[in-house]
Amino acid sequence: MARIPVVQNILSANAALASDVRGRLDASGVFALNMMASPGAGKTSFITATIRALGDSLRVAYVDGDIETTIDAERIDALGVPVVQINTGGACHLDANMLSLALPQLPLDQVDLLIVENVGNLVCPAEFELGTHLNVLIASIPEGADKPYKYPTMYRGVDVLIVNKIDLLPYVPFDLGYFKRGVEVLSPGLTTFEVSCTTGDGIQAWVAWLKERVTHGSPR
Amino acid sequence: MHELPITEGLLNLALKHANQAGAKRITQLNLVIGQLASVVDDSIQFYWDIISKNTIAEGAKLEFRRVPAVLHCWNCEAEFSPNGRDYLCPQCGSARVKVVAGDDFLLESIDVD
Repeated sequence: MARIPVVQNILSANAALASDVRGRLDASGVFALNMMASPGAGKTSFITATIRALGDSLRVAYVDGDIETTIDAERIDALGVPVVQINTGGACHLDANMLSLALPQLPLDQVDLLIVENVGNLVCPAEFELGTHLNVLIASIPEGADKPYKYPTMYRGVDVLIVNKIDLLPYVPFDLGYFKRGVEVLSPGLTTFEVSCTTGDGIQAWVAWLKERVTHGSPR
Repeated sequence: MHELPITEGLLNLALKHANQAGAKRITQLNLVIGQLASVVDDSIQFYWDIISKNTIAEGAKLEFRRVPAVLHCWNCEAEFSPNGRDYLCPQCGSARVKVVAGDDFLLESIDVD
């Protein structure tokens, strides 16, 4: 019997593919976002609001991951941006290989910003990096303020936090201080935008920040 | 559900290292999983028993070493594990704490014949 040291991340094969995806995105000058959230947090509404607010300032493309249906892809397709639908057929998250296979279906040389909408889920997507430049987590007020504590893996691995449906704060019991304390421990100094896709609050601030990031590159 | 691809990743990683070492059989995988990683041991074991069949890792034992989450208080320097409700320091009540352990998600080593 012998013991062989390995000391590698269990998902290092996915990490290698993610690194390949990142290289291809960078070679085409594409900045990419991995949008994650629970089902119903408002991912597609937020992406729609983002694309509308960007107007002609950036050329956007969209990849949608869902277990079934093309409902979200059709909503974004109606905005006139290139869309690729990935139906995961039961898988609860996108992985780097799925995104890798989707890239050749997009005109990457004519794209500045790729928005990837992950499967609605606060558990599994957190474990699988895609090769995108920023992990964006969309939380929403009706979900409740305990989510950072219940899903620490997701809140640990995020680069930007969107708190959506902020207009519902007066109507829903949601302890914003408790929520923010949990976030601060898991991701200190996390860039956060409070927004409402219904009233439009906060969307301009987010889009201005995003444009700056896409234009000046620096991924972190 | 994400335990299936995780288990596949585990099997491939173990087989790669066993082959490189010219091993005939893998008898045990030593895993280090932090409390902040969302992985269910039983679920990995379930998939493992299925997908390791007819490989040199069939029947290998999965040894999980669970690393508890540890938080450090900036205010009073206490170290503690979260109580499941919040991350406040139990000693001084401060919210100024940082995570110092619990993110692990590693295949540390394999035992082979």
